[in-house]
Amino acid sequence: MEGEQTYWSENLRLIFICLAIWFVVSFGLGLLLVEPLNEIRLGGYKLGFWFAQQGSIYTFVGLIFWYSSKMNKLDKKYHVEES
Amino acid sequence: MDELKLYTYIAVFGSFAVYFAIAWWARAGTTSEFYVAGGGITPLQNGMAIGADWMSAASFISMAGMIAFLGYGGSVFLMGWTGGYVLLAMLLAPYMRKHGKFTVPEFIFDRYYSKTARVVAVVCLIIASLTYIIGQMKGVGVAFSRFLEVEYDNGLYIGMFVVWVYAVLGGMKGITYTQIAQYCVLIFAYTIPAVFISLQLTGNPIPQLGLGSTLADGSGVYLLDKLDMVVTDLGFKEYTTDNMGGSVNMFAYTLSLMIGTAGLPHVIMRFFTVPSVKAARQSAGYALVFIALLYTVAPAVGAMARLNLMNTIEPSAGQNMVYAERPQWFKDWEKTGLLKYEDKNGDGKVQYTADKATNEMVKVDRDIMVLANPAIANLPNWVIALVAAGGLAAALSTAAGLLLAISSSISHDLMKGILTPDMSEKNELLSSRIVMTISIIIAGYLGLNPPGFAAGTVALAFGLAASSIFPALMMGIFAKKMSGTAAVWGMCSGIGVTMLYVFQHKGFMFIPGTSFLGDMGPNWFFGISPNAFGVVGACVNFGVAFIMLKVTGPAPAHIQEMVENFRTPHGGVTVAHDH
Repeated sequence: MEGEQTYWSENLRLIFICLAIWFVVSFGLGLLLVEPLNEIRLGGYKLGFWFAQQGSIYTFVGLIFWYSSKMNKLDKKYHVEES
Repeated sequence: MDELKLYTYIAVFGSFAVYFAIAWWARAGTTSEFYVAGGGITPLQNGMAIGADWMSAASFISMAGMIAFLGYGGSVFLMGWTGGYVLLAMLLAPYMRKHGKFTVPEFIFDRYYSKTARVVAVVCLIIASLTYIIGQMKGVGVAFSRFLEVEYDNGLYIGMFVVWVYAVLGGMKGITYTQIAQYCVLIFAYTIPAVFISLQLTGNPIPQLGLGSTLADGSGVYLLDKLDMVVTDLGFKEYTTDNMGGSVNMFAYTLSLMIGTAGLPHVIMRFFTVPSVKAARQSAGYALVFIALLYTVAPAVGAMARLNLMNTIEPSAGQNMVYAERPQWFKDWEKTGLLKYEDKNGDGKVQYTADKATNEMVKVDRDIMVLANPAIANLPNWVIALVAAGGLAAALSTAAGLLLAISSSISHDLMKGILTPDMSEKNELLSSRIVMTISIIIAGYLGLNPPGFAAGTVALAFGLAASSIFPALMMGIFAKKMSGTAAVWGMCSGIGVTMLYVFQHKGFMFIPGTSFLGDMGPNWFFGISPNAFGVVGACVNFGVAFIMLKVTGPAPAHIQEMVENFRTPHGGVTVAHDH
């Protein structure tokens, strides 16, 4: 039981980090900070525009796989993986 | 028969033959196979099936068209419809898979030990799914009538028959394997024309890079800069910065779509089909990879289609296209009524501007952009035929997933769960097939006579998913003390507020003339459009639930224990009910 409590709080911490990145990339860089970022260019893309239409999606994909592999390790560490 | 028609017949009916063959090979024999494909789908397969399930006629046909005309504002759909998968992968999917049942209302019933909660969930699910199906059925009818030149009605009947065969026969098992084939068809159909067009315009075959490249005409100008220039010259807003009525609205819109995506039952249901919690997390990742393949190409398709359209109408500044010399695709789409020209100044040329008084392209329906795109770019006929098959694959795969969500919630949650609990498995299987047949007929009827309010109800579908289902599921996992009564209060007030807002701006039950505030920007709450209001409904849901939790006291101990059990992958879940 003790182990499962720490497993859960480590999971919550991980989710918090992931959702913070999720928020910053899409709502932060793609929406709220779009104007200053648009001053910077990435080839033909304005950077803010790129985050809104391309960058945020790539980050989402990376985030899920990163979370998924972290959780697999966490499952093993606390011996709660499926048999 | 001309070449294009022949190719289209081969592409469309060839793909249908494949779906039938798969359905026959993967027929379902048990309720478990019918509802969740026996829980034996691998994460990669499931990811592909989720991709096809999720990407509907709206993603395939409408989205790039919306982006083409909204520019930067169209980003809400790109981020909203993909960001929801991050929420799903971390907040819902693994825990719901651990619970290990068939439907979303069933999870809500077990967690909140309340039949009321289950019924509320079933009602939300049916409204949200039916709204979606109307759109798919319309997409099927339009694709058939445009490409095979059959009547809209007949096209719809063919579509209904195809879905009926593989959905009723195969259930989730048949649907999953068919969706994998449909994903392949739709992604090829979407990316191949995009690669050609990107190559034509920029010399770069990868559309995602082409969008950020310079034009291939030797001018050295970036494609997006050129597009900005062309549209602002004609008085439209700048493509890369037009923010759709303000950033507060865009913010709320994106968040609503994300939460709504994570709360849509036909997507959540797919996570019950994988064998383990680990596989559930992974398949969310694979699903987003497959979805991102289309979603990162879509902005390129949108921008390039807009540029091609502008260049066709006005090849060089002041040299407008002569109407009598218009290309064939222009004539074809005029016939459908989705493209209209009116020679206002009588010079026989086509002027396309942002100014209503001088604009002669009086109607350019956004939905034609993806379908007309290959023809506008003069691509070979087989590419155009492929797009037709892809559009149908997108519409049919989503319709099948939604039909399964509806039939399982009616036969499993309402009939077996509440009305006749002692129904045998064989009868349940039969009844879910009958319910599915009836649902297809209703969906077909609604597709033939699309209610005037169809467009407005999309807001309601996402609003319902975001304001009722998502918060209830999330609290069910993350707030173990949350009680049934408090959750029901939360769901009902979340839905209530959202519906009130949608109705007061779009008319009560969408009946024109009954909206008491009018669908106008100045009356919107903080400038949030009704389509974007789901996020406010979700906040109300969370707020009310936690207040009621303080009033009514926490959930019983055995429920809290069950929730702790959801949270770890190992061991089984035992569900205890008080009755």
